[in-house]
Amino acid sequence: MLQFVNTLLTGLGQGAVYAAFALALVLIWRATRVVNFAQGAMAAFTTYLALLVVESTGSWWVGLLVALACGLVLGAGVERVVVRRVGPHNELGAVIVTLGLFVALQALASILFGAQFRSFPAPAGLEGFSVGGVTVALTPSMLITIGAVAVVLLGLVALFRFTDVGLRMRASAFDGEVARLLGVPVGRMLTLGWALAALVGSLAGVLIASGSLVWPAYMDTVIVNGFVAAVLGGLDSPGGAVVGGLAMGVILALVTGYVGADLVPLAALAVLVAVLLVRPQGLFARTAARRV
Amino acid sequence: MATPVRPTEKAGSAPRSGREPGRWAGLAARLRPRATFARHALLALVALVVVVLLLELTGPFRNSQFATMSYYAIAAAGLTVLTGLNGQISLGHGALMAVGAYTAGLLLPAGIPLLVVLVIAAGVTAVVGVIVGAAASRLKGPYLAGATLAFAVAVPGLAIHFDEALGGEQGLAVPSPRAPEWFADAVYFLSANETSSAKYLAYVGWTVAIVAFLLLANLAASRIGRIWRAVRDDEVAAELAGIRLSPVRVLAFTVSAACAGLAGGVLGVVVRLAAPTGFTIVLSISLLTAVVLGGLGSLFGAVLGSALLVFLPPAVTNLGASAGLSDVQSAQLAPFVYGAVLILVILLAPGGVVGTVRARWHARTTAPAEAPEERTGRS
Repeated sequence: MLQFVNTLLTGLGQGAVYAAFALALVLIWRATRVVNFAQGAMAAFTTYLALLVVESTGSWWVGLLVALACGLVLGAGVERVVVRRVGPHNELGAVIVTLGLFVALQALASILFGAQFRSFPAPAGLEGFSVGGVTVALTPSMLITIGAVAVVLLGLVALFRFTDVGLRMRASAFDGEVARLLGVPVGRMLTLGWALAALVGSLAGVLIASGSLVWPAYMDTVIVNGFVAAVLGGLDSPGGAVVGGLAMGVILALVTGYVGADLVPLAALAVLVAVLLVRPQGLFARTAARRV
Repeated sequence: MATPVRPTEKAGSAPRSGREPGRWAGLAARLRPRATFARHALLALVALVVVVLLLELTGPFRNSQFATMSYYAIAAAGLTVLTGLNGQISLGHGALMAVGAYTAGLLLPAGIPLLVVLVIAAGVTAVVGVIVGAAASRLKGPYLAGATLAFAVAVPGLAIHFDEALGGEQGLAVPSPRAPEWFADAVYFLSANETSSAKYLAYVGWTVAIVAFLLLANLAASRIGRIWRAVRDDEVAAELAGIRLSPVRVLAFTVSAACAGLAGGVLGVVVRLAAPTGFTIVLSISLLTAVVLGGLGSLFGAVLGSALLVFLPPAVTNLGASAGLSDVQSAQLAPFVYGAVLILVILLAPGGVVGTVRARWHARTTAPAEAPEERTGRS
């Protein structure tokens, strides 16, 4: 029983990170109808920058801030310099370009920061709390992870619901032509969407690295799990992304605990195929419009 | 090599050039076989001659590079047919190659002849391709890319999990077959060269590649190829014309997977090892780089792209080493260039090398002409 509870708790902690990552994918999908396969590599890049800062200042929080700021700039830059030039209605081209960014950024990270494993400090203790004399797998670091994801989610909801900028961003994503006619600077909104998404992705990168190891390809499985989580929740739904992320975390923790860690990617594939075959629009999508 | 392959690429434009024949164009048209199969067979023969010349005129190191290029070319050909002709993207071709390589590694020690093993490797991978393709046939664009990405990440885990049969992290040693006596005699008779193991494998690889290319070229020119293109260009129109989309997509994926499996089998005997680290996501993306750079849908482009995958890494690694980078760092320059090439080609020349050259060529040949003889004479 205790093992089951601990597996569940570990899963929720991991799931919070997948949720953040899925959220980043959903943000970009809503804004530009592109799945950003470079998200993981971008996050790995900013995490390395954060690691440099953490090592020189000794403060995890300064590192996090630097990662978030760099993510913001990197996301905006990628949208302006690369993604915008692909042009609309070029699904295949957009996928290929983000894949190119993925490989190029990952290789650049190994060239600049080295390919060896490096440990990333945790924001707080990694010892589990003890409840009634029994130590459970819930650590202060995990609470920070879950808290950070919750803050980001609420912040995004507030942004899209209650602010003018959020309304403009939604309008540009919904129909660029009409929004432009109504005076919304659509291009700037798309850049902002990418910047915000990259910020959330950077957060996920730092959170998953904390208290663990960093190497240039450490985000590879997170890309897959985050993508599966986003599809599980419906690529259009931020709330769905969070639920999907937590669900993926728990499922994969159960597979790790009871079957074997090597089969985790296979489990992710199985979940993805099941969702796509049974409910391709995701669990939380409102409309099932078929785009021709 | 560009000229002999040209007719395949321009097969569709043959009637137009026949309408206003210049002196040379008329001669070329008369000498060119009418039937598609005869034309492709002629090209395959020319390609075989080119391969023999290249392998006999170069040393063992180049021979082994050409052996490597042969399996990249087979896999890229399969991918270019899938993505270029049918519009399905796949990031799972590295994993499909792994299926072929592990099949070869399991069967070769049993004493089964190499060619039979390669055919079985293609067959087994085709079966996997039917399953993946059936799931993929409902997906489009980013969903398909994500699903095949998940497949590519999942397959190496299988090899690690079933480590008793598949060798785990260390991988599975693949015995490399020796050249048969008659083959060494034939090579000696032809060029007075000894047959090294690398040369034999390069011959095997390229023979398999030429057969695969011949089959793919015929398939692409056939009714099935036209149906694939129709589905790629407009699903709704294709459905209205009575085409059922799913079986068509599954067939394209299966054919493509069979090529990947064949390539994986050749990879197994050339590298002599099937290990999970050999089939990372970077392998799938470098195959994508090859077909995008060469030109999506063009078999000749796949050959060009696979040449990049073989000859670029040593070049940039040397460049990096001379710029003062460590070995590990310079080894990463190749993937960096792949990524940059993918981005630049899509942004600047989406047709790739073959597509861009062909567009230029069409623009020149269809421009108002004062001296058609002179222009066609240059071809």
